[in-house]
Amino acid sequence: MHNISSWAWEIGKKLIADTGKWKDMFENIEEPYVSPDGEKIAAVVKTGEMEFSVCENDAPWERRFDKVWYLKFGPDNRLTALVSDTGAWTVAVDGDVWENTFDFVWNTKFGTDGKNITVAAQKEMEYFAVTNDIPWETGFSSLSNLTISRDGKRVAGVVPTVDVSEGEIFKFQEGCYSAVVDGKPWDTNFVNVWDMAFSHDSEHVAAEVRTSLYDYTIAVDGVPWDKIYTSVWMPQFSPANGSVTAPVRIAGKWTLARDGNPFWNRSFAQLWHHMYSPDGKKIAAIVAPKFGRWTVAVDGKPWSLTFGDLVTEAVFSPDGNRVACIGKEDGKWTIAVDGKAWGGVYDMVWQPVFSPDSRSVAAKAEKNGRYTIVIDGKPFKDSYKALGDPVFSPDSEKILIKGIEGDADGGKYYRQVLPITDITG
Amino acid sequence: MHDIYNFVSGPLVWVSFIIFFGGILYRLISMAVLAKKKDVIVYEYMSLQYGLRSILHWIIPFGTVKWQKNPIFTIVTFTFHICLIFIPIFLFAHIILWKESWDISWWYISDIAADVLTIVVIASCIFFLVRRIVLPDVKYLTSISDYVILGIVAAPFITGFWTYHQWPGFRIMGIIHILSGEIMLAAIPFTRLSHMIFFPFTRGYMGSEFGAVRHAKDW
Amino acid sequence: MAEPAIKNSEQIDKIVDEGIDTGIARLTPEKIEQVINKVLKTETGARLKTYVETCVHCGLCSEACHYYLSHDNDPKFSPAGKVKQTIWEILKKKGKVDPEFIRRISRIASTECNLCRRCAMYCPFGIDVAYLITIVRRICHMLGVTPLYQQDTAHSHSANLNQMWVKEDEYIDTLQWQEEEAQDEIPYLRIPVEKEGAEIFYSVIAPELKFRAQLIYQAAVILNVAGVDFTMPATPGWDNSDLCMFTGDNEMMGRLKKAHFETAMRLKVKRIVMGECGHAFRSVYDVGNRWLAWKMPPIPVIHAVEFYYELIKEGKIKIAKKYEGAVTFQDPCNISRGRGLHEMARYVVNATCEEFIEMHPNREHNYCCCAGGGVINAGPPYKMKRIKGNRIKAEQLFAAKARGAKVVIAPCHNCHGGIEDIIHHYGLDMELYFLGDIIYKIMEKPV
Repeated sequence: MHNISSWAWEIGKKLIADTGKWKDMFENIEEPYVSPDGEKIAAVVKTGEMEFSVCENDAPWERRFDKVWYLKFGPDNRLTALVSDTGAWTVAVDGDVWENTFDFVWNTKFGTDGKNITVAAQKEMEYFAVTNDIPWETGFSSLSNLTISRDGKRVAGVVPTVDVSEGEIFKFQEGCYSAVVDGKPWDTNFVNVWDMAFSHDSEHVAAEVRTSLYDYTIAVDGVPWDKIYTSVWMPQFSPANGSVTAPVRIAGKWTLARDGNPFWNRSFAQLWHHMYSPDGKKIAAIVAPKFGRWTVAVDGKPWSLTFGDLVTEAVFSPDGNRVACIGKEDGKWTIAVDGKAWGGVYDMVWQPVFSPDSRSVAAKAEKNGRYTIVIDGKPFKDSYKALGDPVFSPDSEKILIKGIEGDADGGKYYRQVLPITDITG
Repeated sequence: MHDIYNFVSGPLVWVSFIIFFGGILYRLISMAVLAKKKDVIVYEYMSLQYGLRSILHWIIPFGTVKWQKNPIFTIVTFTFHICLIFIPIFLFAHIILWKESWDISWWYISDIAADVLTIVVIASCIFFLVRRIVLPDVKYLTSISDYVILGIVAAPFITGFWTYHQWPGFRIMGIIHILSGEIMLAAIPFTRLSHMIFFPFTRGYMGSEFGAVRHAKDW
Repeated sequence: MAEPAIKNSEQIDKIVDEGIDTGIARLTPEKIEQVINKVLKTETGARLKTYVETCVHCGLCSEACHYYLSHDNDPKFSPAGKVKQTIWEILKKKGKVDPEFIRRISRIASTECNLCRRCAMYCPFGIDVAYLITIVRRICHMLGVTPLYQQDTAHSHSANLNQMWVKEDEYIDTLQWQEEEAQDEIPYLRIPVEKEGAEIFYSVIAPELKFRAQLIYQAAVILNVAGVDFTMPATPGWDNSDLCMFTGDNEMMGRLKKAHFETAMRLKVKRIVMGECGHAFRSVYDVGNRWLAWKMPPIPVIHAVEFYYELIKEGKIKIAKKYEGAVTFQDPCNISRGRGLHEMARYVVNATCEEFIEMHPNREHNYCCCAGGGVINAGPPYKMKRIKGNRIKAEQLFAAKARGAKVVIAPCHNCHGGIEDIIHHYGLDMELYFLGDIIYKIMEKPV
């Protein structure tokens, strides 16, 4: 995340915007979004007949558009929107539009520091990516699976590299797709290419590929592993040594492979969304140790706690020693940390967040249509009409709550910093 | 002939019962192990409540749409299956044998009733035979083995009837009767007659999928 | 002279299908034997064994099948008859079969069985013929012998995660276009895209984007008027359909369902509500999710019929004036036998239409439309075969018409496609609607 220590961390509550008043200002207001630092709240608003803009902290952008969508704050708190002016689409950043226009733009993505903004674009039926208003030099007949490197400087995707028409099934099966990185396709064609990942130094790309209708493997920079599997899921690069790991399916069971060799020594009914600890020393993954039961496995060892409905959005603590995830059982959602579930169950929970010292875990949770922040299983006494994700202060002692108070008819957006002990007691 | 009689009514009975019960046990266990290995979802979705709900509908005459739509078949098949199990267990002549061998006995049916019911079984077998020959869809599915299996089932009843009425050659027929009964017992676990063993499971599983998962009836 | 490889050559389809023909040309008996035995050994077990050994060849399943009834009780079209021609033969010959045999079983599995599961309700043992035919399709897939149109759809699924080669921008653009169109009627209307935390993810199938965009329009009107907090994603994963489930490409089926459910999880919705599609419901409800090891859908999936039922029952949608024509109702296999929604459907029909005339048989016992199970996706070469394979549906519809029904309501895309062809071919002169069409017509809308 962007330089969090520069944010205001004084304890207190600040009114940022009286969003309840917005409906007197505009014909229609869409759902609001808050910036990571909580200092801004914004929504797409209708300013007139077929005329739209973005309202940011009580004031609309000067520009008007005939369409605005996909409002997104970057990690550096800049606000982006995809906008159309008389049918020409482009990206607006904090109210200023890019110079280039396109027939369509979508899928805005940011590097971790927010400096680089990328979208997928289509112009005259050519598809390409655009980063900071600079489009790829080459266009393709389609573009999917847009993926960016951590620094946001490099962009990859999946494109057709051989002209194949609908109905040409045997040509398709010879391999007509490849990955493209910064506009340059790999030399190898595949039947399919799907999810991909950049290495931490942004130099390499690994992707799920299918080399025939039946043979799946991982390709790194266009070179497939020499092992094939009956299926694979998204690969990851180790931040420690650059090796590539991926969940692979062998004889109906899933396990983790590294660089084409067996890595974890046990298999699961399902294994996916594996991730490295920040130091690269550990790997955690969402697994089903048996059909219909879900948990997290760290370095191949599953927690004894399992959930029947699902497990999702697992996350490592900054020190790499802890893992938290979302679990759902019998329709109720909760957070589990290191194999122990929080006592409370909710109608919905959001991805848990570790404090920088790895000691506390916070999550946004919903109950009966109201939202609150829960830290280490203890819910904050106040509930909100809408709520942003919680953020811990750099010293791990405070929590930033970005919440809209009020009922359905009105609402005021506050930025509030609390000692976490106000919630945990 | 006496030796043969002693053999089929002595050791062979034991053999056939061992094959019958042992076979059933073997088939059930091996299938359960195989299912655990390859069809784990059968265990996951099997529901006692919905499995029994479905089985109950199917073992009640006219308890399903299918049974209602084919009344003659329904009457024949239910009568046949009931008699098939009922007669050998409650026949006076058999009960005497139980009594002699192990000194156990229970209620039995009259000889006249046994005669009538045996004729019903034989007639049912003829019905099934004619069905196999006459109905094009059934004929299409029929192989030699189906006639053999039908013969295996019909034989103990035909020979038993013959023996009881002491028709010519009834002594030999008596031996054949015992032998055919033993063959049938031994055949149950290892031929399509194993539908006797697997019915509760196939029907119960379908009933579970329909009832517990899909919230629908399967009858 | 030697006997031909297949004796009843006159029975073999003369239909030219490049997908099957080219696939067959690439086969050798060795490859066939190896692939068949691999599938049987690694992917089948107790169910196949029990089903094959329990079947007493009684023929009671015959009359369950619309193909059998429509082909004047031709035994080859009975459920067990199809299993005899495929699975029994494969097992008997231990996979030692020739390419022409594969051609025949591919045809049977892909175009002569809709996997409608009606026969499971007519077999006393509950033998799941649809499961057995699915194994045949799996074998054909592994051999590369699948009808061209079906396979092309599976390819689209793999390349785009939707069944009609819809590109990412085309999908979003269509939603925005329908939103604008509908705003002419209801100015405040929205199709909220990527609204995290909405109650509902409204998911559709690609044909709604390509050919039936009015369904998205109507759904948007219904959802907005009812005040439902919904969203649609701006990413692949929006399409709930799954023809890979029907070609036997289970791995792709799993990939598609993963994308769909993970889209729902990312959007933080509580439920997925899907449009009026039957096969897609099956794929998300009790097939695709299982391949991924989810016992039940991780995010509950509500079929449109159930959702309409909720909206009307809770008074969220009010009826301005009931639909006046007499209607009959097609129970789609995948939501009646597949989910028991037939009574809810009747509640909706009775709440929205003046006169409802039942088809017979109905509810769980209704005949399949003959388009489902991927059969309509086998494409134009098989259109007439499909229509002739469901003469019984024409008779069933005609009987309802004779009792006054002028309109058929079919809340399923495949049923729609199949019944539309049947109505035209047999000259039934009936109108055909989705349930959403009727609700949209007769609901109270803000003036």
